[in-house]
Amino acid sequence: MESIVIIGNGIAGVTAARHIRKLAKAQAKKITIVSSETEYFFSRTALMYVYLGHMKFDHLKPYENSFWEKNKINLIKDHVTKVDPKKKKLLLEKGDDIDYDTLILATGSKPNMFGWPGQELKGVQGLVSKQDLDNLELYAPNNNTCKRAVIVGGGLIGIELCEMLRSREIPVTFLVREDSFWNGVLPSGDSAMINEHIQEHHIDLRLGVNLGEILEDKNGQVRAVTIKETGEEIPCNFVGLTAGVTPNIDFLKGSGIDMGKGVKVNRYLETNIANVYAIGDCAEQHKPIGHRRPVEAVWYTGRMMGETVAQTICGNKTKYNPGHWFNSAKFLDIEYQTYGWVFNERHKNEEEQHFHWRHNNEKICMTIACDKETRQFLGINSLGIRLRHELFDLWLTENRTIDYVIAHLKDANFDPEFYGHYESDIIEKYNMEFGTDIRPKKKSWKRILQLRS
Amino acid sequence: MALTGQPPKALNTPQKLATLLGMSGLGVLVLSLFNIEFPNKAFWLTLALLAIVAGVVWFTIAQYGNTSKGIKNDGVWFKSISSRGLWGWVAGIVLTGFYIVLYFYPEYLGLVKEGENTGIIALFDPLSKFLSGNPASQWFVYGTLYTIAILAFGIKFIWKYRHNNYEIIRTVSVMFFQTAFAFIIPEIMARLNGDLPYYDLKNIWPLNYYNFERYRVNGFIDAGDIGLALLIFGVLSIFVITPILTYKFGKRWYCSWVCGCGGLAETAGDSFRQLSDKSMIAWKIERWVVHSVVVFVTVMTIAVVHSYLGNDTSKYWLTKTTFLIGSAVILTAVFAWAMIYKRDQLQKDAKYGAIGYFVILMAMIGFHFFSGDQNIFIFKTATLRQWYGVLIGSIFSGVIGTGFYPIFGNRVWCRFGCPMAAILGFQQRLFSKFRITTNGGQCISCGNCSTYCEMGIDVRAYAQKGENIVRSSCVGCGICSAVCPRGVLKLENGPTQGRIESRQVLLGNDVDLMELVHNHNKK
Repeated sequence: MESIVIIGNGIAGVTAARHIRKLAKAQAKKITIVSSETEYFFSRTALMYVYLGHMKFDHLKPYENSFWEKNKINLIKDHVTKVDPKKKKLLLEKGDDIDYDTLILATGSKPNMFGWPGQELKGVQGLVSKQDLDNLELYAPNNNTCKRAVIVGGGLIGIELCEMLRSREIPVTFLVREDSFWNGVLPSGDSAMINEHIQEHHIDLRLGVNLGEILEDKNGQVRAVTIKETGEEIPCNFVGLTAGVTPNIDFLKGSGIDMGKGVKVNRYLETNIANVYAIGDCAEQHKPIGHRRPVEAVWYTGRMMGETVAQTICGNKTKYNPGHWFNSAKFLDIEYQTYGWVFNERHKNEEEQHFHWRHNNEKICMTIACDKETRQFLGINSLGIRLRHELFDLWLTENRTIDYVIAHLKDANFDPEFYGHYESDIIEKYNMEFGTDIRPKKKSWKRILQLRS
Repeated sequence: MALTGQPPKALNTPQKLATLLGMSGLGVLVLSLFNIEFPNKAFWLTLALLAIVAGVVWFTIAQYGNTSKGIKNDGVWFKSISSRGLWGWVAGIVLTGFYIVLYFYPEYLGLVKEGENTGIIALFDPLSKFLSGNPASQWFVYGTLYTIAILAFGIKFIWKYRHNNYEIIRTVSVMFFQTAFAFIIPEIMARLNGDLPYYDLKNIWPLNYYNFERYRVNGFIDAGDIGLALLIFGVLSIFVITPILTYKFGKRWYCSWVCGCGGLAETAGDSFRQLSDKSMIAWKIERWVVHSVVVFVTVMTIAVVHSYLGNDTSKYWLTKTTFLIGSAVILTAVFAWAMIYKRDQLQKDAKYGAIGYFVILMAMIGFHFFSGDQNIFIFKTATLRQWYGVLIGSIFSGVIGTGFYPIFGNRVWCRFGCPMAAILGFQQRLFSKFRITTNGGQCISCGNCSTYCEMGIDVRAYAQKGENIVRSSCVGCGICSAVCPRGVLKLENGPTQGRIESRQVLLGNDVDLMELVHNHNKK
């Protein structure tokens, strides 16, 4: 029986396992997942909600524990110390070696550490794994133990960590290297609104500063950090390092598997060694696909790679061919969705033009990108308004113009019923800026669901 | 526990004071139970009820007043009351005890059949006399407290979800229907027309399982045109009005916009919604139990109506035989429709269950033609009615349904017991425009939707597959959509075409889009 072993039980590895099992129902394939993090798959993106008290850790598991046995997916909780592709063997920390015929590397990410002095101290960590969550409860359980926390790195995990700590009324200082929150990705209008929102939440936001060093107390725990630019010392009992993540592949060194920043793969997610694949956060494309980065540490791409590799392994060789880019996040109370590409001012090229609209008093805004010449719609950022994924996917495929998108915004609205509608307001501003005379089209189910009459 | 005395677990000082104020209002009511004489009953009753409402409102301000608007479930699973901790159990036991006394030992509340009430019921006499002119009963006390709970906790709910218009409007609606339809209008009707039976217009059969009993039907008929209109309204409600509204909006129009049980669950019960059981086994038990109750209530009602109809067609067109044949025809029509037109949407066990129950119903109706008069349903009609009242009407809907809020969640009755919800759910699943749309591939499987689903639906299981949620039990409270951090879920009414769909591969991987669209249209 062909033995397929997957290292890592995150979204990529688990999706691969599930789809292989689905496709290979009749075929004989033994599927094993090895993970040292947890026994069962959980939703990593939801770790924050356990600390917030919205959910218990058990709620994070998308499948009941009996699911795995029922679907004949073996789970092993152990740490892989070495991969030997010549003998097709995995060495485990505790258990016996495992033989495999096909190996899928889905080991995910770990927090970036940029060699800061003191980065190994107690109370200094990222927020990626279950262990990180446990340590956070240890070092920052309440505002008696943790008088202040410092979060370093203005990205998606950083702002989540701020929200978490604030829920326990722990004072938080947020060090952001850029001169505005996440403006390496967000255009200035969107980013500026988030800056304001962060401050509304009583978070001490410091823009344009870097971490100098992390200072130690007599127990080997953090007692303060310094700011590189000013030398200011900020006393704290916890430091969150959230300046991005990097593939978790150190254990593969010397295995002969080709690596750069991550495990190098081609479009079929194959590594340089036959029958060894890499998916999810730990995979690095030889050449970037479209505007995407070679390493994509995103939930959805991990899932998509898992779906793709399952096809290939089950005999239907399939290229990893991600469609139109999309992503989402939540910044404190503000939901963010994006479809297609909207670049920030630094990264966008000459042809990309932006239309930005912001509500007068609510924290709601939208940035729509188009091509200056052809008026082709390129992408949209929406903060505080939910939008229909399928419709934007379709509009991007059909190469619609921004005028078309603007006119059909009512179709795209995905906010709950009875919410305020801002389409007329948005269109009015658009007409003023671009000298157009667009009228909002009424919502049409026929267009939304692509129904034919 | 590391969080003892810490936010977000601990109550802040204003919250503690507010709790004290509310409890002091309840305290007055408890004292009256022990026959402490209050000199001015109207004054003390007003004071007690005001203290309860003010306590809840003050608590709300203390909890949410300083937070930004948005989902704030911080500490829900740390707090003892909302995570089946000590306070959860205490509240559960107290509530259960109250319901047992209310249903089975009202004399302990001070109910005196002949003569002046005592105890807590006497305390409510002035209010009852003011509204209907009659002295209070245990049901008047219960109704008043029930309405107060929906109003006070309704304000809390609205403030908690103040960013969400769907929740605000829906809650105003249940507050209105409870106050006007369940509380004030029936009392005024009693004052204007003493012959009319107590009738809460929004209480539809089979939830209102006693609506077609002999004494009520006689009461309606004796009360003249208004009574007759009410009787006809009662029949139209279940056979005409309900199906139309459920087709257009899903069963939410009733369960979370109008219904009193739903109203209490959504307001006073909101803090317990996360306690519902989401396991597959719970779902299985739910399907069997709730549909058994539907069969039980159907059999019971047919038996009851049958028992007082005559045999002589010359006196009245509706005789025992006509009635039974009519019932059999309606049941067969519904059964045949589901089995012929909707069979591909029914799970195997649903089909077996439906066939089994249909056979039982038909066999019981068939007994009429072979056996004597009063015993047509094996059991005596009166016995059947009595058992339904005790088991389902009192123990299930009251003692378990509400008393167990802090243990099993706030919709135990609606989910496992309510025959009305089951009938509306059957229609919602098979013949309605309502669905919860899943937004493409945006789900991150976080589990907030499933955790906060009061009906125990594993919403995430659908959302992470990119599948719309079309479930008979969904009451459309909208909380899954509200707590979703990524904007994945939307309750909406749309074309029935393509309402349920599931994709092998989620949006994101570049599948052949035109093929997808074509397949989609074929469904």
